[in-house]
Amino acid sequence: MSRGISLIALVVLGWGLMPTVTSAQEQIEDTTARKMPLKVWGAQFEEFEYRYSDDDEELGVWNGDVFYGTDELKVRWLTKGEYAIDEQAYEQLENQLVGQMPISDFFDAKAGVRFDTPEGPDRTYAVVGITGLAPQWFEIDANLYVSEEGDSSAELDAEYELLLTNRLILAAAVDATVAFSEDREIGVGKGLVSTETGLRLSYDLVDRSFSPYIGVVHERKYGDSEDFARAEGDGAESWYAVLGARLSF
Amino acid sequence: MKTAFLAGALSLLLPVIGLAGEYNLTVDRVEIDTGDFVKTGIGYNGKSPGPVLHFKEGEKVSINVTNNLDEMTSIHWHGLILPFEQDGVPGISFPGIKPGQTFTYNFPITQSGTYWFHSHSGFQEPDGAYGAIVIEPEGRDPFRYDREYVVQLTDKHPHSGDRIMRNLKMMPDYYNREQQTVGEFFSDVSDQGFMNTVKDRLAWGGMRMMKADVEDLQGFTGLINGKGPDQNWTGLFQSGERIRLRFINSSAMTYFDVRIPGLDMTVVQADGNNVQPVTVDEFRIGVAETYDVIVRPKDEKAYTIFAESMGRSGYARATLAPKEGMEAPVPGLRKPARLTMADMSGMHGMDHGDMGGMEGMDHSKMGKMDHSEMKSMGHAGMSDMDHSGVKAMDHSAMGHGSEMPAGGASDPFYAEGSGLVPTAANGGKFLSYADLKAQNPLYEEREATREIELRLTGNMERYTWSINGVKYEDADPIRLQYGERVRFKFVNETMMTHPMHLHGMWSMLDVGAGQLNPVKHTISVQPGTTVYMETEVDEPGQWAFHCHLSYHAAAGMFRKVIVEGGPESAQAVEAGTGSTGGEA
Repeated sequence: MSRGISLIALVVLGWGLMPTVTSAQEQIEDTTARKMPLKVWGAQFEEFEYRYSDDDEELGVWNGDVFYGTDELKVRWLTKGEYAIDEQAYEQLENQLVGQMPISDFFDAKAGVRFDTPEGPDRTYAVVGITGLAPQWFEIDANLYVSEEGDSSAELDAEYELLLTNRLILAAAVDATVAFSEDREIGVGKGLVSTETGLRLSYDLVDRSFSPYIGVVHERKYGDSEDFARAEGDGAESWYAVLGARLSF
Repeated sequence: MKTAFLAGALSLLLPVIGLAGEYNLTVDRVEIDTGDFVKTGIGYNGKSPGPVLHFKEGEKVSINVTNNLDEMTSIHWHGLILPFEQDGVPGISFPGIKPGQTFTYNFPITQSGTYWFHSHSGFQEPDGAYGAIVIEPEGRDPFRYDREYVVQLTDKHPHSGDRIMRNLKMMPDYYNREQQTVGEFFSDVSDQGFMNTVKDRLAWGGMRMMKADVEDLQGFTGLINGKGPDQNWTGLFQSGERIRLRFINSSAMTYFDVRIPGLDMTVVQADGNNVQPVTVDEFRIGVAETYDVIVRPKDEKAYTIFAESMGRSGYARATLAPKEGMEAPVPGLRKPARLTMADMSGMHGMDHGDMGGMEGMDHSKMGKMDHSEMKSMGHAGMSDMDHSGVKAMDHSAMGHGSEMPAGGASDPFYAEGSGLVPTAANGGKFLSYADLKAQNPLYEEREATREIELRLTGNMERYTWSINGVKYEDADPIRLQYGERVRFKFVNETMMTHPMHLHGMWSMLDVGAGQLNPVKHTISVQPGTTVYMETEVDEPGQWAFHCHLSYHAAAGMFRKVIVEGGPESAQAVEAGTGSTGGEA
């Protein structure tokens, strides 16, 4: 019996050796970088701007990300903030660290954590989302968040670029947040929370790495979130003139 | 090169021993001045391009390559048939040449014609590490000429290769400044009607593909022999002379359409092998290809050599003149081509039924052309100009209309209805692959022992390029048996043109001429087409096989080919272990 097993083992071993015999022709193993997955890094700021509102509020705003990785897996740090220049305070400060991998020709899935550390209470969230290019060239970024308080919310960000010329580009962006439960402490009510709509006219001055723009941005809160904001003495709607630059390097 | 000259002189005295030439090349950091910008790059013997190496058929060369860089390097002798250890591909032929090291290549020269050499490490080649090779035949060429010049084209970019790769991975359209704009939408509306234009945009938008995706890398300055358009490289002649121009495309990414207004060009050689002469007004030269042409200027005046990029975003320019300083007019750039649905017909998952505005697109399935079936190829490249200006195209919604070359030129090596088919600027003859017939076939014709299908695949949005959907990093080698004749079937499922280069062995391009099929080292496969080549597997060892667009090869459109078996002597050469990482 054991002899039979060892015979089988021998045969199996022999089969295992076969490929090594045939590849003896392979005099050199390719260990050059060419044979490794291509590692790429990059940094982009879609928004890096000064905002001036219809009630004379001044903000410094950024929205960007830095990534490193391969086609199969990237690590991405997303950073977003609104700094009120008069109050010298962060109205919004959001950092995400996510892993991202392809799930289809045009879309990636991502998962990670989000840390919100603005003026006021902090929040930590788990993040899952998809990001990619929808038909007709809409850039889509959709996320689900669950906070350590157990509150969940969803955010959808869509962008479209219209080429007036090959360097003069009109970009439209819409960002909407919906909450599935209330988080009164940070002013979030159940249902549609807020939207931010922007229209920016940019010019590619240096390649695609420095593209100054002017634009207009509309922010609005809805439903309970609107009521919470009013209770705090904040406005629920703002219009901004913006001046900034899209950056990538 | 004194040594070479001496060796040459000696060899005349000692014909019995056979020729032996020694050559020295240093690999150096150099400054490249294109006239538009100055850039640090890499060159040979202190210059980019490096020196023209002159060999003689039958000679045994030894080439000492000294690496003065602080990184690994290598030199690949593009198109030369030699033992695989001499082929110069790190990780495949040898470990590479370390900084400070002198590596000596030794190989016999068994062929003649126009070739070139370049680094096969990292992005050194786009950064300037290339030069020309001219090999004098043992016998006589079947054509006469009084004078000859190398005309080496390249696409020098202000960005380094590493940076270009990174930008393309970050934004695939980073360098594309010929995208469709609002203005083009309105001009299409006036040409083709509002609904047709909207349907066309929706069809392409649905695929998330760009009709303007003809040239990945724009923003370069075209150079000829290292000189930009304003620096105007000039070759002198006396009227009535026959001049042999050895065109070499050493670009990283750029196809050039070449013409010399006022002169016919007689193509006599392609990729170093003589072809039956064919006289043309213009030809398209793929990356890594070479064409030798004979021109005969009869007038005592200057002529412009004009090489316009396929995407019409840039050009290289030089002059042939009776004396230094003379110039001829430089033509303007023509309108950029736009891809059509026909060019996309090779893409899997393309369902033409889904698309708007596709009525009358009866040739939508005809993108895949099986050239082996083609019996008569007489219409190839013929620009019948008598129906120029005909706008009556039912399928104008497909974006033919304004972007179609006048007369709707066709070429069997482009998809039927392709937007990429080139036409001669003067309305004359544009060279097609179908016109190339071997002058002297290298091999007896025989039935191929097997066919290997290679689908050329990729994803533009991710800037990933692959073969059969697999990138080099994940791929097993292609194994061939010594002595077989393999028929390769290239199916281009992308919307880009790929110049496929098999190292070490000749590629007979199937143009339907049987025994007279041209013998090449690099074969361009147009989008939406199927092209066949046959290879006599007569060189043992391991070889590289890849798309010669630098950034496609680096992104994964690359394979190792292992030829198993063969003469005893060629086997089991212990070439040591692979080189250290950090270069490719």
